[in-house]
Amino acid sequence: MRKVKFRFSRKAFAYPYMIFLLLFVVVPLVIVLINAFLGDDGKLTFDNFIEFFSDASGGLTVLGNSLIIGLVTTLICLVIGYPVAYFLAKYHASSKIFVLLFILPMWVNFLIRTLSTKAIFMALDIKLGMGTIMFGMVYNYLPYMILPLHTTLVSIDHSYIEAAEDLGADRFTVLWKTVLPLSLSGIVSGVTMTFIPAISTFAISEILSSSKIFLFGDSINMYFSKATNSLGVGSVMSFVMLIIVIIANVLMSLTEKKEEVKSAL
Amino acid sequence: MKNKIGRIFADGYLGLILALMYLPIFLIIVFSFSGSSRFSFADGFTFNSYKAIFTSGAQSANLLSALKYTLILAVSASVISTVLGTFSTIGIYYLGRKVKKITLTVNQLPMINSEVVMAVSLMVFFAAFSFIFPQGMTRLIISHVAFCTPYVVLSILPRLQQMDPNMYEAALDLGSSPLAAIFKVVIPFLTPGIVSGFAMAFTLSLDDFIITQFNKGDTGIETLSTYIYEDARVKSLEPFWFAVFSIFFVVILTLLLLINIRKNKKEAAK
Repeated sequence: MRKVKFRFSRKAFAYPYMIFLLLFVVVPLVIVLINAFLGDDGKLTFDNFIEFFSDASGGLTVLGNSLIIGLVTTLICLVIGYPVAYFLAKYHASSKIFVLLFILPMWVNFLIRTLSTKAIFMALDIKLGMGTIMFGMVYNYLPYMILPLHTTLVSIDHSYIEAAEDLGADRFTVLWKTVLPLSLSGIVSGVTMTFIPAISTFAISEILSSSKIFLFGDSINMYFSKATNSLGVGSVMSFVMLIIVIIANVLMSLTEKKEEVKSAL
Repeated sequence: MKNKIGRIFADGYLGLILALMYLPIFLIIVFSFSGSSRFSFADGFTFNSYKAIFTSGAQSANLLSALKYTLILAVSASVISTVLGTFSTIGIYYLGRKVKKITLTVNQLPMINSEVVMAVSLMVFFAAFSFIFPQGMTRLIISHVAFCTPYVVLSILPRLQQMDPNMYEAALDLGSSPLAAIFKVVIPFLTPGIVSGFAMAFTLSLDDFIITQFNKGDTGIETLSTYIYEDARVKSLEPFWFAVFSIFFVVILTLLLLINIRKNKKEAAK
């Protein structure tokens, strides 16, 4: 009898936070989703979707550009970051500080890092545009790719690699057929951690192209800002973004063993 | 021999990437002593940029006020989310399976969601209920607590799962009240998780730009990141900012390095 009462009282500690989550996480998202289906007159309509997908205001083009830039950024980060994570796991597994050096920049505010790179580009007389955006994005998101990759690669049981070697696989085959498949979960979560912020980032493209090139995050910002105040289309874009996030996370949970990547630091 | 070459190649590659990653930071620090933003020492070595932090009139005042708001926000948001996170983690742990799963999934939403979407949704929400949530710090603290608490919960939960449930029962058997058992047995056991959750929340709040930018309203509140954005985005970077950024780099990087070196030493000692 006593016990039942206690169980109840401990559970109750969660209720305030559950209400908090409902109020400040779920309800706001639902409001945005509802806004996507509301016209300027407050009536139910698909006009916002039609406006977005017919590309009347260029929203779809921006989405396309963002997806391409996001994809290229993610790919470059993977190509640069995988060897980093692999070499770190292979040769420096015991040196945590060395690993840390690769992760540290992500704790320096991204605006500071982006503005610093911009200042350097300008001093070198490099023209701001697509190239500088790509550099800024890779520079910013590389640690987010390295961290999950490294976490997975160090946790690979070394006996698998030895087994493959004993069975006659050469180094390349070991890498391709053993290490790479075993690190799939790290690749997927690294790709997600890079791709999602990269397509929805706000300010990086603006700063590094002198406001010439707009990405998805910048245009969501624009639609919600006072000057334009076109909540409907902005909400559709948030809706699209949310769907991309959900797809990415479903993919991730299919491969991943639920590691807490960011809290690994 | 083959292995040695591989290792040299690996270290060369790692060194190159590291150099590229730190080059911008390094250049900013070096040229913060040039007193200009042209990346040249034409005017020689000076501390003028650093002096400018205190002698730039309105800019200095704004920077100081931004620093003040950033700290107030980070302290209040991290304290609130640590307290909220600690108690709710204990609660969540004892929830029924289904409700627990739903709660943890919703708890993950702020972590996985795109920051812009979360920022926008809070902005629209606050605007819709503006009679309850006045513009300014109230909105900022709520939104920071909303994106920090999930990290607190997830840094405490694993620790709670490690705890022997008999510890709590033993406290009760020894005559402690349930509340006392929580405060004197459970929470002390959770302390390492609580501390790292707090540190996480504090850093995240300090570092945040997007959510603050959307929810600061027009009460004139700026945090460091929104002020940097307002001031430095349009103009090119003034020498003043070189000095500010350098201080940032040095403080953050040494602080994190020291914390982690200490943590590693502790782990090694175990």
